[in-house]
Amino acid sequence: MSRQAGRGTESKKMNSELFTLTYGALVTQLCKDYENDEDVNKQLDKMGYNIGVRLIEDFLARSNVGRCHDFRETADVIAKIAFKMYLGITPSITNWSPGGDEFSLILENNPLVDFVELPDNHSSLIYSNLLCGVLRGALEMVSQGLSSSETEIRTTKVQMAVDVKFVQDTLKGDSVTEIRMKFIRRIEDNLPAGEE
Amino acid sequence: MAIFSVYVVNKAGGLIYQLDHYAPRADTEKTFSFPLDLVLRPHDERVVVAFGQRDGIRVGHAVLAINGAEVNGRFTADGKDVLEFLANPANYPVSIRFGRHRLSSNEKLMLASMFHSLFAIGSQLSPEVGSSGIEMLETDTFKLHCFQTLTGIKFVVLADPRQAGIDSLLRKIYEIYSDFALKNPFYSLEMPIRCELFDQNLKLALEVAEKAGPFGPGS
Repeated sequence: MSRQAGRGTESKKMNSELFTLTYGALVTQLCKDYENDEDVNKQLDKMGYNIGVRLIEDFLARSNVGRCHDFRETADVIAKIAFKMYLGITPSITNWSPGGDEFSLILENNPLVDFVELPDNHSSLIYSNLLCGVLRGALEMVSQGLSSSETEIRTTKVQMAVDVKFVQDTLKGDSVTEIRMKFIRRIEDNLPAGEE
Repeated sequence: MAIFSVYVVNKAGGLIYQLDHYAPRADTEKTFSFPLDLVLRPHDERVVVAFGQRDGIRVGHAVLAINGAEVNGRFTADGKDVLEFLANPANYPVSIRFGRHRLSSNEKLMLASMFHSLFAIGSQLSPEVGSSGIEMLETDTFKLHCFQTLTGIKFVVLADPRQAGIDSLLRKIYEIYSDFALKNPFYSLEMPIRCELFDQNLKLALEVAEKAGPFGPGS
């Protein structure tokens, strides 16, 4: 999973504080620009989506995982390989629905919110909503439909919907951060040849 | 050992990147006097040798240049029809360069789309479910290797049949794509790749693969 030697990026271990500060600066600037928490959530989701569609190729190129054949495999890969690779944490997978199409990722600690406290006037802000977008974007590219939806935030052109939403958030006083992912439908068009 | 070219095809079958790394030079230039003992005929947009193979000039070779000036399809550099020019004894002696026709970028686009379709047909014809499509196409002068990612992008490499290590080269090209093309925020997905860094790193990777020769890369 590490980069190839001699690529010149070997020494680039970035400080995680810088990452936390960068994300924080991003969210606060969005709050200033949009003023409305719902709009900020939408923007974070969009940004996350754009990250996700690119990140998936990086993930596939480095981790060499094969195609996942069901939602359980997908959940395993996301929690054990992807989160570990990019955020250094391994969330646990729990709360499978009876139909096997919904599960929860429990994050003990979320590196994005290391030093953050949500003030009262931003109570409906989903601080880590970028993550939802990333998961949605990444899975959409490998033809497993995911769309972040928080009530009205449903993108019109995707006909599949996988819900990615925060159910619990340590910033709002819960003990852990819980992301609920629900598989709704697979995208049938634009499948690469050989997949059906 | 050589790698001839690299093609990157997007999900929709459009060519988004193409690199010709090494083209075997098989041009022959000769001076001729009237009458020409080669039989030439028009073919598509070019004039090709139909009969009378000699001295390295093979059937199928196209007229590339007359008297040093490159021909423009069926016409000479100054606009005259090549066949008429060569039928006129007043123009002789003339020096003509023959060789294999190089593909134009439009032709490459068409061929990439065709390959994309053949790939799809290949996976459907496969008796096994979930086929990974055409992985290799072998001829006596080159081998075409193809790798399709889970997201539908295809990386195609044409190389010498004896060249080894193309599988790892394809994976390496995937990494280079995910780094220098995708992490460039100004590059839009599925569009032609015009990133300097991608070019440079790709060429480096090809050189490493070529140096490794028939035994594959060392590490």
